[in-house]
Amino acid sequence: MTESDQKIRVLVAKPGLDGHDRGAKVIASAFRDAGFEVIYTGLHQTPEMIVSAAVQEDVDVVAMSVLSGAHMTLFPRVKKLLDEAGADDVLLTGGGIIPEDDVATLEAQGIGRLFGPGTATTDAIAYIREWYASRELV
Amino acid sequence: MSTIEKDLVTRSELADAIARRETELRDMKARLAEWEDAYASTPKREVSFSTISGREIHPLYTPEDHSGADFYLEDLGFPGEYPFTRGPYTTMYRTRLWTMRQFAGFATAEETNQRYKYLLEHGQTGLSVAFDFPTLMGYDSDHPRSLGEVGVCGVAISSLADMETLFEGIPLDQVSVSMTINGPAIILLAFYVAAAEKQGVSSKVLRGTVQNDILKEYQAQHAWIFPPEPALRCIVDMFEWCSDHAPKYNPISISGYHIREAGATAAQELAFTLRNGFEYVERGIARGLDVDAFAPRLSFFFDVHNDFFEEIAKFRAARRIWARGMRERYGAQDPDSWRLRTHAQTAGVSLTAQQAENNIVRVAYQAMAAALGGTQSLHTNSMDETLSLPTEKAVRIALRTQQILAYETGVPNTIDPLAGSYFIESLTDQLEAETMDIFRRVEELGGVVPGIEEGWFQQEISASAMRQQREIEAGQRLVVGVNAFTEGSEKVEIDTLKIDASVEERQKKRMADLRGRRDDARVESTLAVLREACLSGENLMSPILECARAYCTLFEIRHAMEEVFGSYKEPVFF
Repeated sequence: MTESDQKIRVLVAKPGLDGHDRGAKVIASAFRDAGFEVIYTGLHQTPEMIVSAAVQEDVDVVAMSVLSGAHMTLFPRVKKLLDEAGADDVLLTGGGIIPEDDVATLEAQGIGRLFGPGTATTDAIAYIREWYASRELV
Repeated sequence: MSTIEKDLVTRSELADAIARRETELRDMKARLAEWEDAYASTPKREVSFSTISGREIHPLYTPEDHSGADFYLEDLGFPGEYPFTRGPYTTMYRTRLWTMRQFAGFATAEETNQRYKYLLEHGQTGLSVAFDFPTLMGYDSDHPRSLGEVGVCGVAISSLADMETLFEGIPLDQVSVSMTINGPAIILLAFYVAAAEKQGVSSKVLRGTVQNDILKEYQAQHAWIFPPEPALRCIVDMFEWCSDHAPKYNPISISGYHIREAGATAAQELAFTLRNGFEYVERGIARGLDVDAFAPRLSFFFDVHNDFFEEIAKFRAARRIWARGMRERYGAQDPDSWRLRTHAQTAGVSLTAQQAENNIVRVAYQAMAAALGGTQSLHTNSMDETLSLPTEKAVRIALRTQQILAYETGVPNTIDPLAGSYFIESLTDQLEAETMDIFRRVEELGGVVPGIEEGWFQQEISASAMRQQREIEAGQRLVVGVNAFTEGSEKVEIDTLKIDASVEERQKKRMADLRGRRDDARVESTLAVLREACLSGENLMSPILECARAYCTLFEIRHAMEEVFGSYKEPVFF
């Protein structure tokens, strides 16, 4: 852990009606163990609730877990609301059951990396650290 | 020879036999000690010899671990006989193979109806409805919370009109239908019963199952609406209503599947599920119902995961624990109340996105464990489910996997073929003992509902999930294609199913049409009666059926109940 890691604040969010939270909880625990400050929204959050929590908690990263197939609606919606709230510097990333074509489409819309099943938590942690380090240089 | 002489001979024969047995045991122990020394001094592979649930497995099981025949009648019995360890039915698969029941549903009622007709034309005898997330949570397709999720993970059913379309041309007096719905189960059952009425089919002849297991929703699956007490009241209302009006229908499927998928170990899955089952029994008894009037219709649903022997033992232990509890603790007299009948599904969570075709093999082993465990019905997962809803080809391979198991392997030829194995019997005993320990912990917490409210079950499950993830990332547990035997390119090369984006718009239009043509005054009056019934404590099935017949929507009925019952707030933690 480095000192700058202490500052990384991550909102782990479960948007929509999907109740599958195993991944969200595992990743939240792994982020915490890696030294991030983690806020978990709990289940069944609307995009509005997530963005409001992100702004209120002044997070650096929003990490959404979507296993419901609704990713093409939920990621762009949260991105749009973040931008509208002036939080366009927040990294929106996530994971779930998201087909490769959809990942490419979403990444082209300014959404960060999306991780699929079987991802090691260390990969997601490394990604966020790299993003954070490069962001500070800007 | 006189009787006394005969008796003396018998006694001396007996003494000889005992002496021989003592010698045999002494020799066996001595030889076992020698074998253990030889084992200890030989190098072993440097891997963990434990199950996916973290259970240490011994290198060898002997009569020291389980002398199978010692208490045969007490611990095993014969198939179809107490305590049912060897199977719930006398003849098992020699009379009827397990039902091959594949879970399906997508898009609108119309599209799923066509799929069901196709399945029935191809010899499937039962249907299993997968609802979309809005329906699972009690939202209509045109509710703002449903945005992006209509018809995506299952079929959208927002009123009796959708349910009529879902089963249009499918005779509900002949086909058994399983519905995976929990939070709003009482509403969907009412839609189903009303749809059958429209076909001229009485509820008396309906066969099928509604999942209706709210306790595991709070613990693991999270499609809840109301707080535990009113939710449990609805469930007992359904037990009561079904025992009078739908005696062939299973009003609950007590499910370990979702508990396991959320991360639980085999023992946790077993213990939480059975404890939930006993909770429903206690609630029924507390209502004043005769245990033998409703217990025979309680059914179960377990996961069948990767660790082959532990899974087989889990099914055997489940039957024994349930039988003992029902007879000894709850005083049930009817053997059907003791008999645990179960559905099984292969472990979705064990499938990998990497080298997805390998999932066919995982599913095949898991399916074999389910058959060796004596399941009554089985869903085999499709290889592409980590990528999307399954394609038709993937579903066909999954079904063929069951058919190969049933018709080519010889597995169904003899009943409970692994009984008497030192290993299997030892695992069965261990799982039973661990379940009893967990039952004691639940009692210390004050019961199932306080355990849920404290988040105890949820934390136990999460801790197990985290342990499994750590083991995989540390390379202590190998997953082929994920952390071992990986291939350079991660590119997925199999087809995936796409749900047509117009589903939500089409479903919204159906809702608008329905709202335009129904009798609004009847909608309002039936909802008002329902609110009153929620307050008065009377059985809710009849007033909800009246709402269904008036074409009140799912959310309207949910909302009327919620005004009285409130909604559930989860304890948030990770």
